[in-house]
Amino acid sequence: MTTEPETISSIANSGIPIRSGIISPDFEAQDFLINIGPQHPSTHGVLHLKVHLSGEVITDLEPCLGYVHRGVEKMCEKLSYRQFIYLSSRLDYLSAHINNQACVIAIETAMGTEATPRAQAIRIIMSELTRLASHQLWWGCMGMDLGAFTPFFYGFRDRELITDIFEETCGTRLTMNYMVPGGVMHDIHSDFVRKVQEYLVHLKEKLPEYDEILSGNQIFLERVKGIGMLSREDAISYGCSGPVARASGLSCDIRKSHPYDGYDKITFKEILSSGCDNFARYQVRLGEMRESIAIIEQLIGNIPEGDFQAKVKKVIKLPKGEFYQRVETARGEFGVYIVSDGGNTPFRLKFRSPGFSNLSVLKKLCMGLKIADLVATMATLDLVIPDIDR
Amino acid sequence: MEKLKEKITGIEPAALFEESGGFLHAIVEPASGFAMLQRLNKDPDLKFDWLSSLTCVDWNHYFYIVYFLRSLELKHELVVKVKITDRLNPITESVTKIWAGAELLEREVYDLFGIKFHGHPDLRRIFLDEEWNGFPLRKDYKDEINIVEL
Repeated sequence: MTTEPETISSIANSGIPIRSGIISPDFEAQDFLINIGPQHPSTHGVLHLKVHLSGEVITDLEPCLGYVHRGVEKMCEKLSYRQFIYLSSRLDYLSAHINNQACVIAIETAMGTEATPRAQAIRIIMSELTRLASHQLWWGCMGMDLGAFTPFFYGFRDRELITDIFEETCGTRLTMNYMVPGGVMHDIHSDFVRKVQEYLVHLKEKLPEYDEILSGNQIFLERVKGIGMLSREDAISYGCSGPVARASGLSCDIRKSHPYDGYDKITFKEILSSGCDNFARYQVRLGEMRESIAIIEQLIGNIPEGDFQAKVKKVIKLPKGEFYQRVETARGEFGVYIVSDGGNTPFRLKFRSPGFSNLSVLKKLCMGLKIADLVATMATLDLVIPDIDR
Repeated sequence: MEKLKEKITGIEPAALFEESGGFLHAIVEPASGFAMLQRLNKDPDLKFDWLSSLTCVDWNHYFYIVYFLRSLELKHELVVKVKITDRLNPITESVTKIWAGAELLEREVYDLFGIKFHGHPDLRRIFLDEEWNGFPLRKDYKDEINIVEL
């Protein structure tokens, strides 16, 4: 029998589906499994996702972890209390100062001492600058993941000024280890106050630019509004914290609920949203940047005079017992759990990682979405994989 | 803290208490652990709806599975420790039905300590290879190749 190519009009009349003018028989939806990562520009690190697809729609998703597992918790059991702080910077390296702050406050509370007022003010300024730097990097990468390259350059350009300030005072740009039990390692640079004040003026001009480029862009809005809905009950059940949970209306800012290092004396708002979608998470982080600027402004003009380090023994031995300290990093609740048996080194050290709990909710958010939406959702979760893998 | 102790003794009379680092610790046996955690979550006076962290501590003769609980509404906190004395076959009940976030946390404890969680939907290693032998965070773990003893 001859198979004469049927004309388009005859097919249109017969009801057989047409694809680009070629007759195609009705394929059944084919399920296939693809691997996203571990080497992929949009996974923000070595995250391996096994994604089951039916066409372009996600039917199952499984994160595979462990590519950057370094055994940090086991290593800390052999390090002294002053040494393990250096490993904590390398977990969530974008919030390095804040991780260090958690470790040193845990040690100080266990020993029954406190940092000096000058050190506390310096610590808060450094932590908030770190939060600003982390959110700027997140904003740039989110734009780039969705295909807009300009935000990437804007975010990194503004972030460079913060890392220059860090380099002058702390010596390094990324993993600072500037905080020690009792205070900070050495006093701030003489130019620190002036440079931070100039930077805040500069950033306040730039933030409306960020809104102009990305927040008002129609394509961007269509890709993030209504996508990746996380209900408040799910956020509680999965243990999500940070901007991910606050965008679902869950009030969980550790700086408000368990203030440390003098946060209770500072006025700032906790940014909450009830949008529950990607756009809400995006807006919460932009709002947090504005609040961080407000916090630094309250402190930078009047850092108390005095010692930058309280007197603490060279070799630290914690009393027998268990201690837990939580802080609010750029990603959420970071906790340090120290079990001490009275010796020179911790008996057991556990880092409660915000990314680990935020990642556990990724499957729930992405079921039924398309691959492109998965990329947008992962960008708003703001994962840093060394924090998850430890 | 006293009120909290009384309420918990009401649910689980055999619980032992300790205080450390500003937290109240309640130590229970594995057999009653799951029921107690469920009551802690559901009871309107206690309402521990937030599981901060789930981890394990190896004390050489026994394990403690440590649950950090917090109530977002009532603003109290508690640390529950389930004591497992069987080192050859440590097993306890999974809490994934109570807190969904426990799924990955329990996989991590299984991977690094070897504690099995009964009722877990998908208990397998998370960080290490599936073929890895041994449980690294245990105190008696020996590894001549990868670990350098100082």
